[in-house]
Amino acid sequence: MAKVLVVTSGKGGVGKTTSTAALGAALAQAGENVVVVDFDVGLRNLDLVMGAERRVVYDMINVIQGDARLPQALIRDKRIDNLSLLPASQTRDKDALTDEGVAKIIEQLREKFDWIICDSPAGIEKGAMMAMRYADIAIVVTNPEVSSVRDSDRIIGMLDSKTLKAERDERMEKHLLLTRYDAGRAARGEMLKTEDVLEILSIPLLGIVPESVDVLNASNVGSPITLNNPGSGAAKAYFDAARRLRGEQFEVVVPTERVGIMGRLFGRRAVA
Amino acid sequence: MNLMAMFRRQRSAPVARERLQVLLAHERMAGGHSELLNLLREEIVEVIKKHIKVDSDKVNIKLERGGDVSTLEIDVEMPATLPLVRARDTAAAA
Repeated sequence: MAKVLVVTSGKGGVGKTTSTAALGAALAQAGENVVVVDFDVGLRNLDLVMGAERRVVYDMINVIQGDARLPQALIRDKRIDNLSLLPASQTRDKDALTDEGVAKIIEQLREKFDWIICDSPAGIEKGAMMAMRYADIAIVVTNPEVSSVRDSDRIIGMLDSKTLKAERDERMEKHLLLTRYDAGRAARGEMLKTEDVLEILSIPLLGIVPESVDVLNASNVGSPITLNNPGSGAAKAYFDAARRLRGEQFEVVVPTERVGIMGRLFGRRAVA
Repeated sequence: MNLMAMFRRQRSAPVARERLQVLLAHERMAGGHSELLNLLREEIVEVIKKHIKVDSDKVNIKLERGGDVSTLEIDVEMPATLPLVRARDTAAAA
């Protein structure tokens, strides 16, 4: 049965789009049939991070308004056959994202795919509400930083009250994805530790993605990190998170610091 | 600034953790305090207005959220000669 996932955070810039692309690709690389859906109407970016920006013809709003059929708007990934993208509109305003329209699209996507991953816009406006509305599982992307943790707490409250699952008194499955984590700084007491964030937000941990130059390199070239640099620490964290989403159970490893001789000399740190 | 001070330097992460715990404990109650605070301010000022003519702009409200106890501080500026609302005025107005 298809699963609808929302990748959300409240705060902007914490890594929702990067994580949507990476998790979508990781699940597809594991053989699942995946579609990633951009809900950021007016400021779409998932197409760019996925490297499909030049192939967008129709978008979700076109489908909602009946200007295009869903299969016409879906863009199949050139690298992995079983990965598709449904882009957001760049021009329309977010009111075009109607509840009925979104419900219908999600229903149709459920028939075609195993995983539907909704990339939420930042904030708590309509786009964010629509992205979480029909989700079965929520991935709350959080940076170990006060404003991100506070906004995540707010979003968790909304997941428990404003979603269809919540209204039906069903349990909304929520997972924490801690991103831009620097184990060294956390150990030195300069950054909130994983345990701190977990204790405050009290939702289970899906993964810890280390702060890494590889993430920016991947988005620069328009390729999810799990495809662009599968051996990197960040990609490993996403592969592990995808395995957990598929039901495997194993401990989350805190990415440790690896400081080479050059790193020691120049005070730069690489994350293993 | 000496060497000892450097070693004793307060690490910031525990501070972040503590601040978040206090803040979120409050925000989780009734979806934040802003509504309640506005209501309290309006009603308290109304009560004061029954007796004294006050300028709403000269009412300062402060809230200090603590771990166990919060304090709401209401500061009303009153001129030296109190512009009392006399019982007769209210009776006449009624």
